[in-house]
Amino acid sequence: MALTVDAEHTVPARRRGAPASHDGHRGAPAAHGGHHGPTSFWSTYVFSTDHKVIGLQYMFTGMVMALIGGFMAYAFRMQLAFPDQPVPGFGLVTPNVYNSLVTNHGAIMIFWVAMPMLIAGFGNFLIPLMIGCDDMVFPRLNRLSYQLFFVSAIVLLASFVVPGGGFGGAWTSYPPLSSSGTFNHTPWGAPLWLAAVAIEFIAFLLGGINFITTAMNARAPGMRMWDIPMVVWMIVIASILFMASAGPLIAGAIMLLLDQVAGTHFFTPAAGGDPLLWQHLFWFFGHPEVYVVLLPAMGIVAEVITVHARKKLFAYKTILYTTAGTAAFSFVVWAHHQFVAGIDPRMANLFTITTLLISIPIGEMLFCYIATLWGGSIEFKTSMLFGVAFLAEFLLGGVTGIFLGASAVDVYLHDTYFVVAHFHYTFVPIAIIAVFAGIYHWYPKMFGRLMDETLGKIHFWGTIIGFNTIFLPLFVTGAAGDHRRIYSYQHFQQLATDGLQSLRVVATVGMLIMLLAQTAFIVNFVRSLVRGAPAAANPWRANTLEWAAPSPPPHGNFAEMPTVYRGPYEYSVPGRTEDYWPQNVPA
Amino acid sequence: MRNRPVRPAGTSRVASVMNAANGLAVTRPRPARRPVVPSAVLAVLVLVAAEAMFFAGLTSAFLVGKAGAGPLLWPPLDQPRLPVATTAVNTLVLLASGVALAIGQRAFARGRARSARRAVTLSLGLGVAFVVVQGSEWVRLVGYGLTMTSSTFGSFFYLLVGAHALHAVGALVALGWLARSLRQGHGSRDVLGAVGAFWYFVVGLWPVLYVLVYVW
Ligand code: HEM
Ligand SMILES: [Cu+2]
Repeated sequence: MALTVDAEHTVPARRRGAPASHDGHRGAPAAHGGHHGPTSFWSTYVFSTDHKVIGLQYMFTGMVMALIGGFMAYAFRMQLAFPDQPVPGFGLVTPNVYNSLVTNHGAIMIFWVAMPMLIAGFGNFLIPLMIGCDDMVFPRLNRLSYQLFFVSAIVLLASFVVPGGGFGGAWTSYPPLSSSGTFNHTPWGAPLWLAAVAIEFIAFLLGGINFITTAMNARAPGMRMWDIPMVVWMIVIASILFMASAGPLIAGAIMLLLDQVAGTHFFTPAAGGDPLLWQHLFWFFGHPEVYVVLLPAMGIVAEVITVHARKKLFAYKTILYTTAGTAAFSFVVWAHHQFVAGIDPRMANLFTITTLLISIPIGEMLFCYIATLWGGSIEFKTSMLFGVAFLAEFLLGGVTGIFLGASAVDVYLHDTYFVVAHFHYTFVPIAIIAVFAGIYHWYPKMFGRLMDETLGKIHFWGTIIGFNTIFLPLFVTGAAGDHRRIYSYQHFQQLATDGLQSLRVVATVGMLIMLLAQTAFIVNFVRSLVRGAPAAANPWRANTLEWAAPSPPPHGNFAEMPTVYRGPYEYSVPGRTEDYWPQNVPA
Repeated sequence: MRNRPVRPAGTSRVASVMNAANGLAVTRPRPARRPVVPSAVLAVLVLVAAEAMFFAGLTSAFLVGKAGAGPLLWPPLDQPRLPVATTAVNTLVLLASGVALAIGQRAFARGRARSARRAVTLSLGLGVAFVVVQGSEWVRLVGYGLTMTSSTFGSFFYLLVGAHALHAVGALVALGWLARSLRQGHGSRDVLGAVGAFWYFVVGLWPVLYVLVYVW
């Protein structure tokens, strides 16, 4: 990584290439101070305001958290397959420990892996490069965002070691269980957990402000709305969606925190509170949140499949409008999580209808992606394998969502492993498969070296086989009645059958395969840093602007700030000798 | 193999018509762009949107709590009533502060730095007055026994009004900083717009909260 500070070229470059971001300076006089600092290790890699460094910081933090979350899954899945036997490398999983493991596994994977990797990591790294400017509009705000995120991760990890242990009331944190230490036995763990989530949200709000402002105001000359690469659009729309949905959850979180530590009773029914209120506030955020993570993943996959199929993205504008419409519509489906919570059955009908409706645009987007692949000159690089796998696996997740959206079916399936399998068929493609597609695709840009394809393919197949081995059986156990959040099925006569138990063992074996496959990735990642073949500026012969910058891009990104002449997906244009046509190359 | 051009129909008729319309494939001279909204203002507007949703969450929680409690518990019989009249006057003070800032912003835009400075200082003073009066009312209410934990009514009261007060204090700090930089002669239109956007939000939100919490 040669991220040198070069104050000399930064200033004129900014004026030429990003007039708008320059304009933004007047609004933030303090911003960009980091550009002129000394070039010590600390200012370059730790306290940098460079968007690329911050993006990678988010990404590495996310990877570490993914390992921690994965280790938790290892411990509780071993307990489910081999109940009440000490788990190698962990120890005995007691009921309380089990609850805490599952709770924090879910919370970590959503808030400390999916969000930082997809939005903050790729968003920070890609947005300025892809729109052709030298940094975010508010670089210091950006750095503050990462620092807050880092603090939130520390607070979360600290919550495991306080008296009483980590919070175990599920990632949804329903009261009254969550609202008082008397009920949940984690008087310290619960408030710390909540505080960690709240701090993290503030971090992402700061990041979101930056993303939206930068994408709107700092684009290269000539880049019009429809020339913006899809992944940038998707991250921006996801940021808007996050900004719009996070407020009510923060409101609820403050109320819950007050219940926990200040003795209020917002959610305690015995004292005039309303526990259902939390569910509404949570899911009003919670459902849009699934699109917050889905959209960047769809964006990453759009870039990967167009490059590796040498095809124009099918129906760019349709995808864009659909995305915006779906994002707005995702605010009116939340109560499908509460069909059995005692809501009015007429309400349940309404939310069934909206839920079934929202699967139409999602399906449409998948069809557009498949149409993009159709007739393309596909080359299965590792990133392309992951990209295509995303489409296939996410399809299963989306389709099973339709089952659950029908309230009559959901009354039976709610809180079973069918639901667990459903959302892992959505979240794993999003937070794992699409993220890997992105990492394999942009690694040469990030580090200036190529990753090893053979190790990449081993990693791919291990991940995909492992993943399906875990969750296909869980659809079956869920439909057979396996309730989630049970630490040992031996205590339930009907569920303690050999047939179901063998399926649980299969799932655990799948988990071991999937975890093991990640060593191929880690080895590949680290080894390629030092031994990988040096990457040219544009190893995939792609069109978007980040490939016009050197690999890795220096501080300030571009030697000469680019001007944009066309849209991002001009591949295989008839009549041209080259099968690609970079956005910054004059006709 | 990799250079084989995709058949032109590969993008489908619909898409190619659309792409032609978008100019995705056609090259035209590209104009340099100017931002529609300056970055500092846009950033605050995005923040304000998120804040608006935050208060939407609080107020809908408040309405649910109130609906669940029933009239006899809202406020409970043994708890003090809220100072409706004093707060009405105080509401006018806050609105006046917003108007003063708007006047200052206009003056600044027309290059009348001195009157801009005065209007911003007036806006700041009125804002501080609002917060001080609110604070003294709180002290009285606590004295009468209305606290965060005395009832759900009390919890919601302090939650909503307190959340607004924190925003007001934060915005006043920004206003004070703005007034100072105007006095030192290096305020800018964008900063004025950005601080203004946030203060108008705080000011505009208050009548809504007043009606919901005190009157209705
Ligand atoms: C964007 C991809 C999606 C993600 C990331 C996702 C994620 C989730 C998650 C995490 C849950 C479980 C929450 C919990 O109780 O812990 C869930 C449940 C549910 N999902 Fe999805 N989902 C997605 C797409 C869909 C779609 C397309 C539909 C329907 C058309 C759908 C319908 C449902 C329903 C009805 C439930 C509630 C099931 C129950 O708890 O009984 N989901 N989803
Ligand atoms: Cu949902």
